[in-house]
Amino acid sequence: MISYIIRRLGGSVIVLFGIALITFILAYAVPSDPARMILGQHATLQQVDALRKQMGLDEPFIQQFGNYLMNIIHGNLGFSFLQNLPVATLIGQRLPATFQLALVAWLMELIIGLPIGVFMALKDRKMTDHVFNLVSLIGISLPTFFVGLELMYWVAYRANLFPVGGTGGLSFVILPGLTYGITGAAYYSRLLKSSMVDVLNSDYIRTARAKGAAPLRVIMGHAFRNAIIPVITYGATDIGALFGGIVVIEDVFGYSGIGQMAVQAINNLDTPIIMGTVLFAAVFVVAFNFIVDLLYGLIDPRITY
Amino acid sequence: MATVMETQNGIKQTLAYPQKKPAPRVWRLLKAYPLVFLGGILVLGLIFVAVFAPQLQHFNPNQQFQNGLSAMGGPLPPNSTFVFGTDDLGRDIFSRVLFGARVSLEVGVFSSIISLFIGTSLGIISGYFGKFVDTVIMRLTDIMLAFPLILFVVALVASLGQSITNLFIAIGVLGWAVTARVVRAQVLSVKEYEYVQAAKALGASNWRILTKIIFPNIIPPVIVLTTLSIGNNMLLESTLSYLGIGVAPPNASWGNMLAEGQQVFQYAPWLLYYPGLALLLAVLGFNLLGDGLREAFNPRRVR
Repeated sequence: MISYIIRRLGGSVIVLFGIALITFILAYAVPSDPARMILGQHATLQQVDALRKQMGLDEPFIQQFGNYLMNIIHGNLGFSFLQNLPVATLIGQRLPATFQLALVAWLMELIIGLPIGVFMALKDRKMTDHVFNLVSLIGISLPTFFVGLELMYWVAYRANLFPVGGTGGLSFVILPGLTYGITGAAYYSRLLKSSMVDVLNSDYIRTARAKGAAPLRVIMGHAFRNAIIPVITYGATDIGALFGGIVVIEDVFGYSGIGQMAVQAINNLDTPIIMGTVLFAAVFVVAFNFIVDLLYGLIDPRITY
Repeated sequence: MATVMETQNGIKQTLAYPQKKPAPRVWRLLKAYPLVFLGGILVLGLIFVAVFAPQLQHFNPNQQFQNGLSAMGGPLPPNSTFVFGTDDLGRDIFSRVLFGARVSLEVGVFSSIISLFIGTSLGIISGYFGKFVDTVIMRLTDIMLAFPLILFVVALVASLGQSITNLFIAIGVLGWAVTARVVRAQVLSVKEYEYVQAAKALGASNWRILTKIIFPNIIPPVIVLTTLSIGNNMLLESTLSYLGIGVAPPNASWGNMLAEGQQVFQYAPWLLYYPGLALLLAVLGFNLLGDGLREAFNPRRVR
């Protein structure tokens, strides 16, 4: 177990290093001069050159990447070109909003997705199966920003139940969260349904039924508990990705989270923010994948390392 | 042969050994996988619209019409001249939706071909040769999967420059990880088959085993993945265009039509309906097709 954790941890570090490297190459290739961006149009060539030297932009690639890595390890993600604030501070400012939205979005997915999954597993007939497939695939095919805009129009603008957009208390989070819930729930239902159908056809469920266990107890106590394992795995990686910022939905609703900041930074070519947010999101994905692998052993005693 | 006799009232009856003549293949498939056919129809419809957009268009999609605006200068709701209405610049939404199909399909198909090529090659190399090569490629796959894909594509398009070609190159170059993983797994399982061992024992070259035995076996899952990825990449294209990084105005893309519609949708909601529904149907078509094919290829499925 310990050796597995160490190996797995080593793998995560390599992945994070790779991400830092690729992000850096990408930023290096972006056709914009950071020194010129900071000083603005009217600065003289000498001023720009001086700043380039000061920022270490005239050093060779390897040297620059080394500096970048050292800074990251010390928690320094660089300075935003345009806002002249540390990227880490900017991400920190938006962290609560993003976490709040991520949590609500994730809960919406579960609330919509899981009951449908259980229900469809119990009604597994040819015809209902086709209907379920069609509906869940529609859910998967729905463009998030289209759903977001329609919810905004009907629920916020016409029915006036929630604010149209912006950031604030819980009422600002419901619609973006619901948008994510509608488009993401289908993955949970499909996963839970197929896993549940497998379990319901297994020997121990037949035994439980033959013993005369109450149907509800068989379904919730025996089948659901075993069928939920793959769903937990998916759910953990899903929320890991959500914590990194929900790029499109935040933009639709003008919600000031990390995803929106990333998109704005790309439009402004504010490279340090782009690199910082990409790295930030990747850290969450990698961390939650790691946790999932460890959780496996706890939830499913059949797995040993 | 089946012995079929027609009784007086016209009902066909099988006699003696009831060897029922099988229903036509197409009909059986249709009954087993009705959704595949629905998907196929949607996809064919999309291809038709994309190819014949210039013939089907009512107006030039980028032309701004004086009579396309209301007296107040706002967009017109659907009417007999402009069947889907007009946008806030007085352009015909119907024609723009048609041309949006072109962009969508183009980006979806080409980007998927690129990831298909990269993913399959890396997956085969990784699975077949194993060892160090496998470790390196799989780590690279992990890295690609940990990236927030949208941000990554956006950043790449930003550094390559905004154009449709760069858009599908970026999506294709970054989207191969899942294909590589699936292909690798498939190669690993095929590699253990006895006939591969037999071919090796007979002295077949690596190249021969790869092309004659391994490759045919990975085609079914790759077809499924590619079909699904076309739909996904169309969604990605529209998302990027919506964010203002994909197809640049005035050219129409369903994504940028939705972004433009967002400005005025309080009093012109039809600006969102048509591009949004078109996008949904197009993506749904590929998802239905891919999902159905996966079922059809699944050897565990009881027929």
